[in-house]
Amino acid sequence: MTASVDQSSDTELTVGGRTFRSRLMVGTGKYSDNQTMIDAIDASRAEVVTVAVRRVDLDRTKDEGILYHLDLEKYFLLANTAGCYTADEAVRYARLAREAGFNEFIKLEVIGDQETLLPDTRDLLEASKILADEGFKVMAYTNDDLITALRLEDAGCAAVMPLASPIGSGLGLLNPYHIREIKRRLSVPVIVDAGVGTASDACATMEQGVDGILMNTAIAEAQNPVAMGRAMGLAVEAGRLAYLAGRMPKREIAVPSSPTHGLLD
Amino acid sequence: MKITVNGDLRAVPDGLSLKGLLDTLELDSRMVVVEHNRTIVRRPELDSTNLADGDQIELVHFVGGG
Repeated sequence: MTASVDQSSDTELTVGGRTFRSRLMVGTGKYSDNQTMIDAIDASRAEVVTVAVRRVDLDRTKDEGILYHLDLEKYFLLANTAGCYTADEAVRYARLAREAGFNEFIKLEVIGDQETLLPDTRDLLEASKILADEGFKVMAYTNDDLITALRLEDAGCAAVMPLASPIGSGLGLLNPYHIREIKRRLSVPVIVDAGVGTASDACATMEQGVDGILMNTAIAEAQNPVAMGRAMGLAVEAGRLAYLAGRMPKREIAVPSSPTHGLLD
Repeated sequence: MKITVNGDLRAVPDGLSLKGLLDTLELDSRMVVVEHNRTIVRRPELDSTNLADGDQIELVHFVGGG
């Protein structure tokens, strides 16, 4: 008998004491229209959706807030600090986000460079400590550096979110070894955030054993975001299952799959 | 008096409360977070917080993001 390997044998993703039904988390930015966003997120079966904190447009020239479009019974809102370049700014945005009254979770981003959007890990660490001390469940967007990841865990982060590649680049998983090392060494969940471009990237990332993936552009900028949303949901499940199943060893030689006996003379 | 709301100078009646400001702007206080001179004002306190000339107000909400 072969062992039954299905998702019922997997543990659920738990971050900061809260359990989520999907290992895929998705952003809500860059969609051409709100209905496409809603349909794509629905197709992805993600539960956690990220949102940004911005000034209300008092002239009403742009669209109204996203809360008018999302079914809050269905989704868990994860506010981010996107656009912040210092620890002080990120802490200010996180406090404003918490005051909206949904939850204590914050996807903490402190950007260090406009061209690459790579994180400023010094200020990220500083902001993580301040916010964790204030009771926030900090999910820290960071680079694929093990030492920074360890320090973020020590600072009290609820999850560490190393990038696959730069935000919005779609370059896929550039350094699987670093991601595996971060996952191997940390106790808190490791959720890869940013850089996946298509379903195979998501699958390959989950096959490293990480706890989840957060993505936005790969779905929002696909030619058909709804189809890509579903593809990403399936890829994350497939990659997770493949990781749990345990892949066959790689060999440098061929091994026949059909019997070598019983061949005709 | 004049106050700054989201970076823009606005003339408002003397003694206006934060709740009054939101009402004037037709904003639902459940959908907005208010910062008054860099301090967050919780919803129950919006009614009792009065504005003064030169105050800086930020009104923020959630928008699409990654």
